[in-house]
Amino acid sequence: MKTIMIAITILLFTHCAWAQKYISESGKITFFSEAAIEDIAADNASITSIFDVGNGEIAFSLPISDFEFEKSLMKEHFNEKYMETEKYPKSTFKGVIYGFDQSRNGKQKVRAEGDLLIHGVTRRIKAEGEVEKRSEKIFMESKFMVKLEDHKVKIPKLLWQNIAEEVEVTLNMQFKPYEN
Amino acid sequence: MKTNYLLLFLILLSSTLNAQDDLLDLLEQQEEPSTQYTYATFKGTRLINGHSIETVNQKELQFLISHRFGRINSGAHEFWGLDGAFIRLGLEYGLTDQLDIGVGRSSFDKTYDFFLKYKILRQSKGVRNMPVTVTGLFSTTVKTTPREDDDPTIDFQDRLGYAYEILIARKFSEKVSLQIMPATVHRNRIDESRFEKNDLYALGAGGRVKITKSVAINAEYYYRFNADDNSRNFNPVSLGVDIETGGHVFQLHVTNTRGMVERSIIAETTGDIGEGDIHFGFNIARTFNLGGKRTRSEW
Repeated sequence: MKTIMIAITILLFTHCAWAQKYISESGKITFFSEAAIEDIAADNASITSIFDVGNGEIAFSLPISDFEFEKSLMKEHFNEKYMETEKYPKSTFKGVIYGFDQSRNGKQKVRAEGDLLIHGVTRRIKAEGEVEKRSEKIFMESKFMVKLEDHKVKIPKLLWQNIAEEVEVTLNMQFKPYEN
Repeated sequence: MKTNYLLLFLILLSSTLNAQDDLLDLLEQQEEPSTQYTYATFKGTRLINGHSIETVNQKELQFLISHRFGRINSGAHEFWGLDGAFIRLGLEYGLTDQLDIGVGRSSFDKTYDFFLKYKILRQSKGVRNMPVTVTGLFSTTVKTTPREDDDPTIDFQDRLGYAYEILIARKFSEKVSLQIMPATVHRNRIDESRFEKNDLYALGAGGRVKITKSVAINAEYYYRFNADDNSRNFNPVSLGVDIETGGHVFQLHVTNTRGMVERSIIAETTGDIGEGDIHFGFNIARTFNLGGKRTRSEW
């Protein structure tokens, strides 16, 4: 009888750990590229994510076509010439966040490691960021660099503006508990 | 002991269930179906001479400089046509992403033109599936040649012409886009000695094949259905190259027309391809953003 009680407790516990998923409520990913003539920045609020607090696993997905630019021509060129969005409509990240303790308050420095898929090319990356749990919500911030070359994003030779070969990516996410 | 095995089994089972639950798959399930609109069917608002389905986006102003030189077969004295160019200067502004207004002035018969262009349907897939993009064009022209002093019989009405066109295009792949364009041109006064007609009905067809990300090859042709058998005018045929460099689109082409507005292209093409009456020409389009910079608190 005692064993059964333990079994039930453990089962409940694992079930509980399993249900410790958080889903993005809102989020924004921004990239910034320094260029000779004009700096180029774009943001995308269509980013979605699921974060499993139990084991630190996290996944992101974003439709490339939803990056918004200052000029609509930039958006067109970005999709047509750089990202080939019709061929590679999505970018994803799948990895693990290390160093987050959900019982602690305040901002916590964390690191993430995982597979970043951009332009059909997957690279293993590491990034640093901050995660904070406030009441039922989780807030996440991170900033990291992405090399265009790593993902075989080619800069068209005829483009007059020189575009940096490395872009700075900023991520801001807000999560809420995930319910099936 | 038996219970212990059961316990172990249950824990294993629950953890396998857990592992199968890939987060990316889970994210995909959460996604709401969306509509993806096609972009960049053509690089320019002109296919070659005539319009393409593309419009200038909201609060953008496009400055279009077009040249059509003389006939290549005019010989060395005329420097194979390069000595004499007809020029059109034009401005197009996007009132919305779909609706454009434009104005231009060609040295061909000293013509002013005004047009409205409206993107009625956009090619898309996903929730809203639409196989083609459809744009309507209405253009008015005012010819200011000849002057009243030179021809007292001409009044303002005689100078006017109208063109109506429905542009239908499909981007078949990243490289290939095709367009067909039924058109009608009305001119109030015509040159009867050239067996011209007040109303002409035509069907245009054209397309592009991209050869690199920034370079495309274009072709364009208009067939006039009701041209007089004795007509001294010809159907316009053009072949060109588009080169895109950021905010500019350069279009270089060879064609048998010197018209740069629908009226002149469809109804007043004088070059006979068979005789080698070919003109070199180019368009340079520069797009300016008048919307002002979006404020970015993050940067």
